[in-house]
Amino acid sequence: MVTEAAVWEALAAIPDPEIPVISLVDLGVVKDVAIDGDRVRIEFTPTFMGCPALDAMRTQMEEAVTALGGAPQVDVLLDDSWSTDKITPAGREKLREAGFAPPAPRSAGAPSLVQLQRAVFRCPYCGSADTRLENIFGPTPCRSLRYCDSCRQPFEQFKTI
Amino acid sequence: MNSERAQLLLELADDELILGWRNSEWTGIAPFLEEDVAFSSIAQNEIGHARALYELAAAELGTDADALAFDRKPEEYRCAPLVQLRLVPDWARTIARHVLYETADAIRIERLKEHKDSDLAGIAAKIEREEVYHRLHAEMWLDRLGREERYAEAVDELWPYALGVLEPSLRPALAERVGRPEVEAVERSAPGEEFAELWNEMTMVRRSAPVGAQW
Repeated sequence: MVTEAAVWEALAAIPDPEIPVISLVDLGVVKDVAIDGDRVRIEFTPTFMGCPALDAMRTQMEEAVTALGGAPQVDVLLDDSWSTDKITPAGREKLREAGFAPPAPRSAGAPSLVQLQRAVFRCPYCGSADTRLENIFGPTPCRSLRYCDSCRQPFEQFKTI
Repeated sequence: MNSERAQLLLELADDELILGWRNSEWTGIAPFLEEDVAFSSIAQNEIGHARALYELAAAELGTDADALAFDRKPEEYRCAPLVQLRLVPDWARTIARHVLYETADAIRIERLKEHKDSDLAGIAAKIEREEVYHRLHAEMWLDRLGREERYAEAVDELWPYALGVLEPSLRPALAERVGRPEVEAVERSAPGEEFAELWNEMTMVRRSAPVGAQW
């Protein structure tokens, strides 16, 4: 008999395919796990819609459930229920340690150009707030590029969405 | 005959797919590296939106997203003429289209978020989270080029096309945001020769693969 706790634990061991320092649970994309006998239903809320890692995430979740002896059903929820606010505090800390500045909270409202250009985003390397926006877009849909004028290190910032 | 909902989904998805394709034509040849990254990333987002919209339409039409994106005949696509235009290597016209499309798209998404179909409203809300960044990028370029003559000429040329992105009831809102009078729009119709070339390239791999090939 598969338990809900065992499924959460297995999902927490799956790394994000593109930023492997953070797990799918830390990323906040698993909205719900429901068990019905052997059937395990996972509600999955994708990050960016064009993210090529989505299919890999889904396959890995299915494999994890199968390994536990369950029959997986991954339902993809296409609405705005995922935002970067769903990234757990532990997940934010792991991002920072890996050199990604975590996203600003959405409570500040939808992002504006002024906010991106002037707001305080700390450099994940030296902690300085003397950083500037280099490019709204980066190597994957979820990241922007910034530059730290203090330690002269370019770094990636997780976009707030 | 497709339902009104499927027709709407196909229009939206075709717009995003074809604009994504056109944006990706700057990959590798944009004026500088940051824009190479930006237009490639925007293209990836737009094509992601297209996929989600096609999937929703496909569930209703009993097919799949790839079949809708790649297996239709050129004349069956419903994309607005604005997104079909091949604008490389003209940066002024590219930015004019970017600004006009994103402004029109914002109006359309606001309306869709209120749609009675909760799947469609949900997708619109999710798309909006990403489109914010496209608009910020467009805004940044408008600030840089807005007073240039070449940019003004490009907007003059593309304005009737921009109106054609939206259904008539939403056009006054676009005219107000852009600050231009409503003129006769270039409406959606069977795509022309420029689109046929794009289609030929876009569907080439799909058409050359044996039926049932797995990727």
